Amino acid sequence: MRTTTRFLGVLLGCLVSAVVAAGPALACGGLVAPNGTVRLLKTSTLAAYADGVEHYITSFKFAGGGAELGSIVPLPGVPTEVERGGDWTLQRLTRETQRRFAVEDASAGGTARLSLAAKAEVLLEKRIDALDLTVLKGGAVAVGNWAREHGFNLTPDAPAVLEFYAQRSPIFLAARFDAKAARERGQGVGDGTPIHLTIPTRTPWVPIRILALGRGEAEPVNADVFLLTERRPTLLGLRGLREEISEEASASLLFDLRTDKGMGWVPQKMWFTYLTVGARASELDHDLAISVDGSAPSRVDAGYELAGPPTISSVFDPVDRSRPPVWPFVAATVGLCTVTGLVLRRRLG
Amino acid sequence: MRGVALAALVALVGGGCGGDDPRGGVADRTVELTARLSRFEPTVITVRAGTTVRFVVRNEDPIDHELIVGDDEVHGAHETGTEPYHLPRPGEVTARAGETVSTTYRFDRPGEVVFACHLPGHFAYGMRGTVHVTA
Repeated sequence: MRTTTRFLGVLLGCLVSAVVAAGPALACGGLVAPNGTVRLLKTSTLAAYADGVEHYITSFKFAGGGAELGSIVPLPGVPTEVERGGDWTLQRLTRETQRRFAVEDASAGGTARLSLAAKAEVLLEKRIDALDLTVLKGGAVAVGNWAREHGFNLTPDAPAVLEFYAQRSPIFLAARFDAKAARERGQGVGDGTPIHLTIPTRTPWVPIRILALGRGEAEPVNADVFLLTERRPTLLGLRGLREEISEEASASLLFDLRTDKGMGWVPQKMWFTYLTVGARASELDHDLAISVDGSAPSRVDAGYELAGPPTISSVFDPVDRSRPPVWPFVAATVGLCTVTGLVLRRRLG
Repeated sequence: MRGVALAALVALVGGGCGGDDPRGGVADRTVELTARLSRFEPTVITVRAGTTVRFVVRNEDPIDHELIVGDDEVHGAHETGTEPYHLPRPGEVTARAGETVSTTYRFDRPGEVVFACHLPGHFAYGMRGTVHVTA
């Protein structure tokens, strides 16, 4: 499924939002149930990072139909909590940028089964409204097997993309939208269900390559990426992205976010960065690495260099906040890849 | 029910491709192909005309693949076809996720013969290779 995809993500003091242009039928952030008649309009995600904890909020919206579909999102670490997201956070973030740009726009033979039958470990399962959420731990083959066995249709680029992410962080979120359940709940076309993941992590990176999953090389990918960090970030992996806003987040924005359900952790001050993605799918072969401590962003986090054996950011104890960040060293040498905050807005399917 | 039928079909394919294909003849040579990240490895093979090759395809991906060997007509039919799994025809075999399968194919004339996967999007993604058939 290739339809317009939207990502809104915030990671580690970052808020990232992405909006991806629609496509036909096989890529819903990568994975879509076969023969699905439901079109996922967009997946909006907000992840925020404060005190070493990422708050990842995403919203799935659909266009109706009679089948299930789902998507898989790479995560920087193991969520310690999965709950229903706030009521207006994503909308408020979108409004923060739309309002400004509305003004600017006005001016401008099978015999042997290999040991590859690896099994992904299901770390967490949760049902939120009509969404079945599963947090998986495993390598690319294991997660791919799980997805296939659960009715997801993987596009030919899926093995490479899953491996790209699994090398850094073998944690994935699988989300399946049950259209029947949505109808029974009275959810209409375009209605979204926000989810909120709390992820202890040390460094932020924003998955960009996932936006191109299932798309032809020349297909355009358009996305909005919002970052909220405790300081002005240094970014790596800007090919295909353009920085639109980089400024101190307004008090009104932070207040509005803080007063939403489950958003009391939003600090008094944050740096707001707004990036737009506008590129061909073939150009998006990397991620967005973010540094908030003045050091150079990790080339591993950006996907420019291979990570070592995958580790999980949950090994990072978020309680130990007195230690200075050592993530660049860890990422470069051990392959510890922790995603900070990201808000993704994406459209899968 | 569909799953049972599919399983039966796959079993049939597996049984038919476990050794030399009766219509492909006894293999003169075995070529091992790996399907990984939706690519074949190797992508270039050289054989002499008149050679019957047994292709052993090891699918290391978590998704299904297939190996189709043949002329343009064969590839055209498969690229636009709707056959999700293949009966044991020489040069045609389905390799489901994680499976190792085999098929045989006789290269009669000198020239170039393409081998490829024609599951939706796989050929365009680059899952293909060439057999150079020498005199």
